[in-house]
Amino acid sequence: MIYLDNAATTMQKPEEVIQAVVTAMQSMGNAGRGAHAASLEASRTIYDTREKLCHFFGGKDPRQLVFTSNSTESLNIAIKGVLNPGDHVITTMLEHNSVLRPLYEMEERGVRLTIVESDKKGCIEYEDFEKAICPETKAIVCTHGSNLTGNLVDIERVGEIAARHGLLFVVDASQTAGVFPIDVEKMHIDILCFTGHKGLLGPQGTGGMYVREGVRVRPLKSGGSGVQTYSRTHPSQMPTALEAGTMNGHGIAGLHAAVEYIERTGIDKIRRREQECMWNFYHGVKDIPGITVYGDFSGGERCPIVSLNIGDYDSSEVGDELLTEYGISTRPGAHCAPLMHQALGTVEQGAVRFSFSHYTTDEEVETAIRAIRELAQDEE
Amino acid sequence: MRKKELKLVVTFHTTADAMAMEKTCKEKNAPGRLIPVPRAISAGCGLAWCAALEEREAILSVMGEAGIESEALHECMV
Repeated sequence: MIYLDNAATTMQKPEEVIQAVVTAMQSMGNAGRGAHAASLEASRTIYDTREKLCHFFGGKDPRQLVFTSNSTESLNIAIKGVLNPGDHVITTMLEHNSVLRPLYEMEERGVRLTIVESDKKGCIEYEDFEKAICPETKAIVCTHGSNLTGNLVDIERVGEIAARHGLLFVVDASQTAGVFPIDVEKMHIDILCFTGHKGLLGPQGTGGMYVREGVRVRPLKSGGSGVQTYSRTHPSQMPTALEAGTMNGHGIAGLHAAVEYIERTGIDKIRRREQECMWNFYHGVKDIPGITVYGDFSGGERCPIVSLNIGDYDSSEVGDELLTEYGISTRPGAHCAPLMHQALGTVEQGAVRFSFSHYTTDEEVETAIRAIRELAQDEE
Repeated sequence: MRKKELKLVVTFHTTADAMAMEKTCKEKNAPGRLIPVPRAISAGCGLAWCAALEEREAILSVMGEAGIESEALHECMV
């Protein structure tokens, strides 16, 4: 199988990630639930990973790095935990449903929402953020990279706008964490939401958020914490405040190994290889008659994603053909980014998304280009 | 059961603070170890750092340097 659905999850993981999970499953107790060796091992691994990820994202205090099960959980905690009825919030058409749906829920509870529009190439005008700001504006919630087009958002620029107006800046780094350098200080990020199973190369069910010191986030969950047993309320100290319930120690052990792998290999080297695959594929398919490629390829950095359609073909049909005839796994259809599809004009057709890993080989890219060329000829 | 001795016991609000303490003490060669919080002490986190009484200054200085937040410092029979 040629796996080109790395924007959904990176399927090939470094061997040490797998080994770390296996070892953890053979030896780990429940973190923070005892002072015996097995529990302490879990607590130590989780703390080390907390510290590692905090530094990885340019954070200052490991206690502000919270583990969750994925970006969706992090975004729900962030959005529902900082907005109140009467607040105004700004987001973009590029967003995934994990941003939009919590925001729509908050809208029903009395929060006013402005959505910065995208052009047909999936690009936004940064001035639109400033134009939308009003006295009630509390926060900007914005993706770092579109999961559909791969277009990057200059979050440092958005962060600067948010900081200048005293707004909270919440970033969805689902498509970029582990591949693009992120510095919460330099980029003025107040809450960074990330998942562990995509660019960070960790297991599914891992993820987290970095919350700037002093930013109060209402917890989404309360319950067991291993601490302050006789208090009727959940502890307010970070990170425990946002981490009710047994943590995914086994997965976090894998995430620890994954971040070590990225640091050892080099985030720049990983990104350059992924982008090389993306550009080779893009240049191989863009001029084939009948092909429409979506997104901004005018140069510069972008996520290793190419979404396209062949003529009027249903993207699901193309995806199925790619799988059955060529053994290529892609993601067709709608991509949980309804407003982005609207902007691109692909609500009906969907789009076939090719997304690359640094493990992707040149031969795999060549096969994918050949497949698109042959399928496009069939169409004529 | 082992005979109890008067010890310095540092308690914490969260497990993360307790783990930060253990890591820092190991790095700085500061004495002590994590123990379950003794019944005589009421504490947030179930883990406490236990060291000999005479290590008080050394422990406090390590915590100060690393910015580790404790809940309380106790002297009790452990």
